[in-house]
Amino acid sequence: MTLADVEHPDFLWRNPDPASGYDVVVVGGGGHGLATAYYLARNHGIRRVAVLEKGWLAGGNMARNTTIIRSNYLWDESAAIYEHALKLWEGLEQDLGYPLLFSQRGVLNLAHTLQDVRESRRRVYANRLNGVDAEWLEPEQVAEVCPIVDISPDVRHPVLGATYQPRAGIAKHDYVAWGFARRADEYGIDLIQDCEVTGLDIRAGRVVGVNTTRGRIAAGKVALAAAGHTSVLAAMAGLRLPLQSHPLQALVSDLLEPVHPTVVMSNAVHVYVSQAHKGELVMGAGIDSQNGYGQRGSFHIIERQMAAALELFPVFARAHLLRSWAGIVDTTPDASPIVGLTPVAGLYLNCGWGTGGFKATPGVGWCFAHTVANDEPHPYNAPFTLDRFTTGALVDEHGAAAVAH
Amino acid sequence: MTAPFRLPGRGLVDQGTDLEFSFDGRRYTGHPGDTLASALLANGVHRVATGIAYRRPRGIMSAGVEEPSALVQIEEPFPEPMLQATTVELYAGLVARGPAGRGRLATAADPARYDAVHAHCDLLVVGAGPAGLLAALAGARDGQRVVLVDDQPRPGGSLLGTAERVDGLPGPEWAAGVVAELAALPDVRVLSRTTAFGHYDDDFVLALERRTDHLGFDAPAGTSRQRVWRLRARRTVVATGAHERPLVFPDNDRPGIMLAGAARTYLHRYGVLTGRQAVVFTTDDSAYAAATDLVDAGVTVAAVVDARTTVPEAWAEQCARRGIEIRAGEVVTGTSGSERITRAHTAPYAGGRLHGPRRGVDCDLLLVSGGWNPVAHLYSHARGALHYDPARGAFLPTGDLPNLRVAGAANGRATLADCLADGAQAADAPASTRASIPVSAPVPATEPVPDQTPGLVLWSVPDPAETDGGEPRPRFVDLQRDATVADVLRATGAGLRSVEHVKRYTTIGTAHDQGRTSGVIASGIVADALGADIATLGTTTFRPPYTPVAFAALAGRDRGALFDPVRVTPLHAWHTAHGAEFENVGQWKRPRCYPRPGESMDRAVLRECRAAREGVALMDGSTLGKVSVQGPDAGELLDRLYTNLISTLKPGAARYGVMCGVDGMVLDDGTVIRVAEEEFLLTTTTGNAAKILDWMEEWLQTEWPHLRVTLTSVTDHWVTVPLVGPDSRAVLAAVAPDLDVANAAFPFMTWRDATVAGIPARICRISFSGELAYEVNVRGWEGPRLWEALIAAGEPYGITPYGTETMHVLRAEKGYPIIGQDTDGTVTPQDLGLGWAVSRKKPDFIGKRSFTRAENLRPDRKQLVGLLPEDPSLRLPEGAQLIATAAVPAPPVPMLGHVTSSYRSAALGRTFALALVKAGRERIGDTLYAPLEEGVHPVRITDPVLYDKEGTRRDG
Amino acid sequence: MQLIPCPWCGPREEAEYHYGGQAHIAYPDDPQGLTDQEWAQYVFFRDNPKGPFAERWMHSAGCRRWFNAVRDTATHRLLTVYRSGEPRPEVPTP
Repeated sequence: MTLADVEHPDFLWRNPDPASGYDVVVVGGGGHGLATAYYLARNHGIRRVAVLEKGWLAGGNMARNTTIIRSNYLWDESAAIYEHALKLWEGLEQDLGYPLLFSQRGVLNLAHTLQDVRESRRRVYANRLNGVDAEWLEPEQVAEVCPIVDISPDVRHPVLGATYQPRAGIAKHDYVAWGFARRADEYGIDLIQDCEVTGLDIRAGRVVGVNTTRGRIAAGKVALAAAGHTSVLAAMAGLRLPLQSHPLQALVSDLLEPVHPTVVMSNAVHVYVSQAHKGELVMGAGIDSQNGYGQRGSFHIIERQMAAALELFPVFARAHLLRSWAGIVDTTPDASPIVGLTPVAGLYLNCGWGTGGFKATPGVGWCFAHTVANDEPHPYNAPFTLDRFTTGALVDEHGAAAVAH
Repeated sequence: MTAPFRLPGRGLVDQGTDLEFSFDGRRYTGHPGDTLASALLANGVHRVATGIAYRRPRGIMSAGVEEPSALVQIEEPFPEPMLQATTVELYAGLVARGPAGRGRLATAADPARYDAVHAHCDLLVVGAGPAGLLAALAGARDGQRVVLVDDQPRPGGSLLGTAERVDGLPGPEWAAGVVAELAALPDVRVLSRTTAFGHYDDDFVLALERRTDHLGFDAPAGTSRQRVWRLRARRTVVATGAHERPLVFPDNDRPGIMLAGAARTYLHRYGVLTGRQAVVFTTDDSAYAAATDLVDAGVTVAAVVDARTTVPEAWAEQCARRGIEIRAGEVVTGTSGSERITRAHTAPYAGGRLHGPRRGVDCDLLLVSGGWNPVAHLYSHARGALHYDPARGAFLPTGDLPNLRVAGAANGRATLADCLADGAQAADAPASTRASIPVSAPVPATEPVPDQTPGLVLWSVPDPAETDGGEPRPRFVDLQRDATVADVLRATGAGLRSVEHVKRYTTIGTAHDQGRTSGVIASGIVADALGADIATLGTTTFRPPYTPVAFAALAGRDRGALFDPVRVTPLHAWHTAHGAEFENVGQWKRPRCYPRPGESMDRAVLRECRAAREGVALMDGSTLGKVSVQGPDAGELLDRLYTNLISTLKPGAARYGVMCGVDGMVLDDGTVIRVAEEEFLLTTTTGNAAKILDWMEEWLQTEWPHLRVTLTSVTDHWVTVPLVGPDSRAVLAAVAPDLDVANAAFPFMTWRDATVAGIPARICRISFSGELAYEVNVRGWEGPRLWEALIAAGEPYGITPYGTETMHVLRAEKGYPIIGQDTDGTVTPQDLGLGWAVSRKKPDFIGKRSFTRAENLRPDRKQLVGLLPEDPSLRLPEGAQLIATAAVPAPPVPMLGHVTSSYRSAALGRTFALALVKAGRERIGDTLYAPLEEGVHPVRITDPVLYDKEGTRRDG
Repeated sequence: MQLIPCPWCGPREEAEYHYGGQAHIAYPDDPQGLTDQEWAQYVFFRDNPKGPFAERWMHSAGCRRWFNAVRDTATHRLLTVYRSGEPRPEVPTP
């Protein structure tokens, strides 16, 4: 046993060379791509599938996120897809046969101003009517759930209360990806790493294949699940998307004895933090405002993040920053994803998850697989079309992300 | 008192001064200049921690930041988790203990202060070892502004831990001389105890200076404990040295197993013997110096086990002279002992396999050396590419970066002479920008060293159990994570091909070590297992920080009140003195209400509302954003930005205005007054002031630069006091005798300049309450005088100060929305019933085009309405959702809208609310239901204007 | 923390600036004449290249002027800055 605390399976996946063609090529071997491949086989019997990953599986945002899982979104459309995901999370360890360290330790979203309180309570009432577990907690109740939060009224941004979703929590990101990958591999799906897509072969308005650094691969359908790099791929199909890619940083501390029993998010002071199973504090920092594909952010964002963390958690003062990193998040104008069809036949889009993609992993895998298999959106992703930017039917979730974007 | 393993008179510690400290409950003595590790070793303490997974005893592996094992918990003077015993400078009274893998945070607040400093330089040199010192010297003598940072309390780097001489001087003495010369130059800053921990875009280097940690209890309270240096350098020289690589063999984790170079450092720098009877296990030459130095200091070296069949002749001679046995072509295959190593086992090794019988050798110290890893972290942070050098078994920097050069051991130089030579020219600009005269320093003389014999790259020693069939023993790759060779092999067996996957599967390199000692070894083991080339496999990425940094150090001074500036108006002192309860609005502190002693907030608000509706009341409205818009095209700009016409406003008049985003959603609202033909003054909501100014600047500068307009924020210039209520006219008349306050002379939506209480003032007849009201504006510093005068003049009328809560109630009774409370970025002016403020005449304005998008034409858009709960005492919670039926169906329940504002009304004698409801205006008169925690409550939909719908009261 | 050369003030730290997204997106001459699709393109759609990108910055804590920059989004390197209204300069591809 290592400190990983779980017994990994003896075998995870083959490392095949690409075949000449597949029914479906999924571009992007992150959590979303792997889950999509898995559900294509599991739910739709489509097994001639390849997942193409330009680096190593789940090495992008999947390896870089802070693993928060929750479904307490404001709008009906968002609550539906995230709650669908959360229900899948609740059976996922069993479904995948993989210990995912899925821990429903609850998530607190703190309110610091009277307007925060209004918006929080609005979300709680909406969540309940949407079948999402949600509670409003007064400051003393916040302290009962998480005793290390400073609820003193004298701090700069006092805690006026919080929403609490008990079924929310965290999971171990790598193991989630590996769980999907292993099952996909068992279905005969080819997981092909070090394989970068360099072009999309589109003939008469239909995609028929992809060009890669490992040769051309014919494809009946192509499903893009490339997060921050989606714009680059879509441009190969002549598509311009309402996406902007930004660096988003995160960090971990040294290993600590258990001190933080839940997940705390604060919109107003830009903190989201949990303590992982091994004992490190896992914390998300803010998003850099400028576009960037460099997988590196600006350090003043981290410094600001630390100041914010200590406002809420004075006990963290002498915890140490051990490692920081950045992912590339693709954001949309309404902070909601785009999942669905494109003007190119056989080409499907799953992108724009911004900072919130991890928690959706099983849910979006399920729905995106449905979309690809049936050439029409699943009801849960039907609202998240590209078309909504033309009609104005946005799903404005700016209040839902813990970072201002 | 001399500790048992301390050599009197040796080392750079002050043996004349004793420092008492405690470790794991026992008291010890050390000296200034010691680290906690060196002091423990001087006292014969090797076991300092416990492995996290297997609970095995763990000792001290190194003498520096590369320590992967001896992580300690500081308890006093203040708890701090997981520090390396090898980097904690000793001080009197230190209390520490060796935990089992996890640290503990203090429960009390950290009393220390932290800060940050910016510095700029021509040349930043990281590392004050031989290479760094010469690079700094060359730059400094050239007249450059130089910053030299070094993580140790004294300069010298590797020279502190060897007995090497430079220019005929002992290494530390030579280093001190160089630093003395540097320090005497005007543009040189030498920062010791300072670790450069990250390199960021545009040559930005972050460094942490530990200013008072070494002082322990004597740290002065007024001095920051740690300081972050934000260094911006034209060029950076990274001279951060190299870390010795441990060797991986069965049971390689016992206390008493230590890097060879570390033992040498403990001897020369600290005067500490790390054992009495040593075995040295090496794959290269450098460990021989440790062996001979230790023998010369009185240690018995029972054997040098050299995995190479060809041992260096010169060193063999040195060993022979000292009677040291060399076991060439052998490796250590295992160890015995529990709290401390007692015996090492060796066996012949060739071609990657063990051959022949095992032999034991007693020892209390096993020194290991598996080659050297250049410390290339900053180079990696700066996106420098590392390449694999098969001769050294290490990843080395590949050439210079535009503004960054690596020098010395960090650049793969092996000998002192080579490091000095490399450092001496490192300050020179790279070839592309080279000046005509190279910047360099003369290379000082060093003692001759034996020719190097090539090292052997050995990632892991086979476990004899593989051939003998015995019990396999753990071979640790990452001591802090307790991850072993078996774990790596399991990972590759599972199909993992990427070192990043192996890292995640095994957790190798994810603890303090961060791959410093374990990364390359893990790559090597993976490469061996897969038959792959380590050069293409690579190693895991180095990410900032190079060494762990306390959260508090990064937060610096931006804590508490300095986390976010607090803004107060000139009237703040009055509010505080009169019992105001405050609300944070943006950065402002605003009085929420003024409860009297014993009065609840609800009662206070009812009282304040009554005063405003029945008598006279006043509030501090100074936080409203104010923008002065001046220039010939000011009206034109405002016409483009507001939904309604502004340019037709006459000087002396005021108009309400709404701004939308390009998406047609309401952005902000406020009043605009025309001050003069070419001057307007507009107000914004308190929290939006900066945003709206930015918004206007953006359009003006980037789209319409031809418009002759200037924009100036004047928010803080004015104190603004709404004087509200039927008696407001009388009060104003009393303090402004020269002003004709009659309705005809000073009608609604106009403004006048007048003298109020002897103060020049601008008075606007606008009303956010529906009552007769005057907004009195004076220059900020005259605000308190105005306020006091109004209070005095209003006294006969029972003038009452009111806060934001009462303001909210008054405006809600009138159905006036608050942008940001009754809107959420998805609401159009039409949704709010503000269609009257949307011009139909103007061909265009920002947002207009979006009004005709399909979604904005839907008849079931959410619209602002009033709500009257059927129970007149029920105050609906803000945020409550509204549904169609009294019975709540199974989720998902269709929601028709939600409560945006909700209050008790003194004027209505009941509760009421505002809500956004789908097709709300069509539903007026209907009943909807609010499912709350304790039940479902019927509410009647009404027009949003619930008070004085005809608007007769505003004229008094 | 990038070092951004304001065309008026010289190099200043990133924290002094405000980002404004893609440059050279003109407000349409006749918004009412655009189709919903064309209007949506203007409101919501922006280029998002990996590589040189002409973008807007405002020196909000300095001279408060907007200007344009070409920055490589892959390396974050500022390739050039120029004043609002000036054409995008030719930048050698890195």
